Amino acid sequence: MARLTINGKTQEVNVSPNTPLLWAIREQVGLTGTKYGCGVAMCGACTVHLDGKAVRSCVLPVASAEGKQITTIEGLATGGVLHKVQKAWVDYEVPQCGYCQAGMIMAVAALLKDKPKPTDADIDAGITNICRCGTFQQVREAIHAAAKA
Amino acid sequence: MITKTPKIDRRSFVIGTAAVGAGLTLGLKIPFGASVVRAQDGSPEINAWVVIRPDDTVVVRIARSEMGQGTLTGLAQMVAEELECDWSKVTTEYPTPGQSVARKRVWGNFSTGGSRGIRESNEYVRKGGATARMMLVQAAANAWSVPAAECTAANGVITHKPSGRTTTYGKVAEAAAKLAPPADVPLKDPKEWKIIGKPVKRLDTMTKVTGAQVYGFDLKLPGMLNAAIKECPVFGGKVKSFEAAKAQGMPGVKHVVQVGDSAVAVVAETWWQAKTALDALPIVWDEGPNAKVSSATIADMLKEGLNADQAFVRTQVGDVKGAIAGAAKKVEAVYAYPFQNHAPMEPMNATAKYTTDKCEVWVPTQNGEAAFAATLAASGLPADKCEVYKIMVIGGGFGRRGAFHDYVTQAVLIAKQVPGTPVKLLWSREEDMMQGRYHPVMQAKMSGGLDASGNLVGLHMRLSGQSILAAVFPQNLQDGRDNATFQGLDPSGDFSLGYTVPNLLIDHAMRNTHVPPGFWRGVNINQNAIFLECFMDELALAAGQDALEFRRKLMSKHPKHLAVLNAVADRAGWGKPAPQGVHRGLAHMMAFGSYVAACAEVSVSGGDKVKVRRIVCATDPGYAVNPAQIERQIAGSFVYGLSAVFMEECTVKNGAIEQTNFTTYDSMKIAQMPKVESIIMPSGGFWGGVGEPTICVAAPAVLNAMFRATGKRVRTFPLKNHGFQMV
Repeated sequence: MARLTINGKTQEVNVSPNTPLLWAIREQVGLTGTKYGCGVAMCGACTVHLDGKAVRSCVLPVASAEGKQITTIEGLATGGVLHKVQKAWVDYEVPQCGYCQAGMIMAVAALLKDKPKPTDADIDAGITNICRCGTFQQVREAIHAAAKA
Repeated sequence: MITKTPKIDRRSFVIGTAAVGAGLTLGLKIPFGASVVRAQDGSPEINAWVVIRPDDTVVVRIARSEMGQGTLTGLAQMVAEELECDWSKVTTEYPTPGQSVARKRVWGNFSTGGSRGIRESNEYVRKGGATARMMLVQAAANAWSVPAAECTAANGVITHKPSGRTTTYGKVAEAAAKLAPPADVPLKDPKEWKIIGKPVKRLDTMTKVTGAQVYGFDLKLPGMLNAAIKECPVFGGKVKSFEAAKAQGMPGVKHVVQVGDSAVAVVAETWWQAKTALDALPIVWDEGPNAKVSSATIADMLKEGLNADQAFVRTQVGDVKGAIAGAAKKVEAVYAYPFQNHAPMEPMNATAKYTTDKCEVWVPTQNGEAAFAATLAASGLPADKCEVYKIMVIGGGFGRRGAFHDYVTQAVLIAKQVPGTPVKLLWSREEDMMQGRYHPVMQAKMSGGLDASGNLVGLHMRLSGQSILAAVFPQNLQDGRDNATFQGLDPSGDFSLGYTVPNLLIDHAMRNTHVPPGFWRGVNINQNAIFLECFMDELALAAGQDALEFRRKLMSKHPKHLAVLNAVADRAGWGKPAPQGVHRGLAHMMAFGSYVAACAEVSVSGGDKVKVRRIVCATDPGYAVNPAQIERQIAGSFVYGLSAVFMEECTVKNGAIEQTNFTTYDSMKIAQMPKVESIIMPSGGFWGGVGEPTICVAAPAVLNAMFRATGKRVRTFPLKNHGFQMV
């Protein structure tokens, strides 16, 4: 059993404490926007925010997320208004298959909190998500656009 | 879904289903009056491709799959162009394979691969739109008692010009649906296109940025259980035994089952519980004779093929052996290309529900009909008791989800053991890496002869390696020869060679392995482009000639190949000095009906740190349906192609693939992404593909630039094996 606060809502989830947060979010809470891609923190498809910082939830036991604010892709927009990263993603038509994009968007949203006007070097260092469709050119454009928004 | 059902009460013509990701439902014949097929909400089908709702919404049926390349939007553009509807009111839905079978394959081919989605179906989907427009206009003309020729349609509004009367598609759809389709359906001159050729926005973006898009991996059905699976890591091996009891008592576990003769699955309340129990489950495999195979034994087998007497000949012009023997200068090089995994971000998955009366499957697939065939075979039920619901959006395919539906077979075999309960089978990344249908392994011996003036007088290209068709579609072999092996080297057609060489021999010593091969993004064009275009640079060097000029002399009979090559050379400034430390490389090919070329700019520091700075890429796909999406496909194809040449290799040890995750099978990140400049130059008159063609020029353009930077010619891949690192 773990007590998780996800997108502002606190709830009990019935899992063993070493279950990765990803699977608690997907299978117990039922929020499937956060994706499984590798299970070893390599690809970033499972990226969520823990107290505002990007974390790879596929290797994070639920026990370490208790008492913290967890934000998933479903909680990024506020009051029905897209987050500026989501808006830039729409404007620049970033997603192709889209499977990795929730993780990509969450990683970028966290980057922009730290570095509101990131340089290309900041982006290179901060965004290490894998995208097999290869959307990186649009990702970079959209990050700069979001930073200006 | 749309289905025809006999003997149905006319008041209940809407029969909902639990289909997720399939928006259509039962259509049927109205007992009196004309025959109308209806969509789920009762709106009439004008024809199989077009449903019009009373509020003027246009529903376009899409038979091909959307796996990221924008096919869905492009196909909708083509229907909408001829339909003359309001693009802002267009939405899409997938018919199911079962409906297609029941309606004599009215939607044609469902297969989405080989960059065929648009180019192969362009004519009949445009005709679908044009036919519907003509029927809608006729219906309005009938209502007004005027000749249809006096009426025009634009943006979903029909106007009778002489009287100025107007109506909308939604208002006349019912009447139009009862009309007989016209026999003669002319299509627009491409010069009149208003939607085709425009960078309209994709129809499927919003849900992908909010997390709302439901992928196969995300599917939820009432009462559903989740399954994790392990198949024998040695291809061809079998399950010997497993201690089910060790997993059975673990949290959430409901069933431990054998799947076919080669796999074991755990079915639990959640997938994480299933995977945890599966990892704890001791399985003994009967690995069979393939356990003796390794990468080294495979490489030896291919090496033997390079000099074998027997080979399948694709092209033979003149006397190549004599020409090379008599040449002033001979050049020879051996290249090798590894096995590679598709590694789509969404691992393989399928959900199945089985009863003795019905087997239903929900699956992300590149080919709904092939998934349907797999469902029939695994369930043992007839076609009218099976249905496949394609998940609307696929988390990447790249060929893995087209010809192969092993995961569908597995899901059905599991579901049969828990009848009545839907079971979602998810593969772990490890399973996905180890149970691939791999990019075939191939070697090439390239031999060329130059005369005293440096002209290429003879070229022999001997391929040695795996045949995909022999493993997957043996019925498509031609006298044993796999023509797909020769992509980009054909004498004519969609994969034609862009050079004229007076003495030319291209042949293939087929050497098949136990590692199952599969179609892959680009697939054989990828290694053929490396072999041919790197060797062209080797020949130019031996001839003491500029790489572009050397090629141009061989291309006078191939003006479209030459045009894209010239375009990238001009844009990149070939022949002009590059910035300090930057080196350029060229490559061109024809693939999937499109002419493509690239010029790469590369710098190398410390002898092994390679920065791909810029790639100029040109494509002539005949017609460019959505230029914005073509640009994205070009840029994306370089990520796939450069990841492949720098980082990706699946090696074989004791008969099994050694790489199990992105830890050992890496993929490019944003830091390694070059700036990609696209030149889209459609010359008209033919339909080429977009998703794959440009992938093949990525590697040879970069390799040729790297040679100029380092003086070292690398001929075996991936580059990481030589210490090269992409920075």
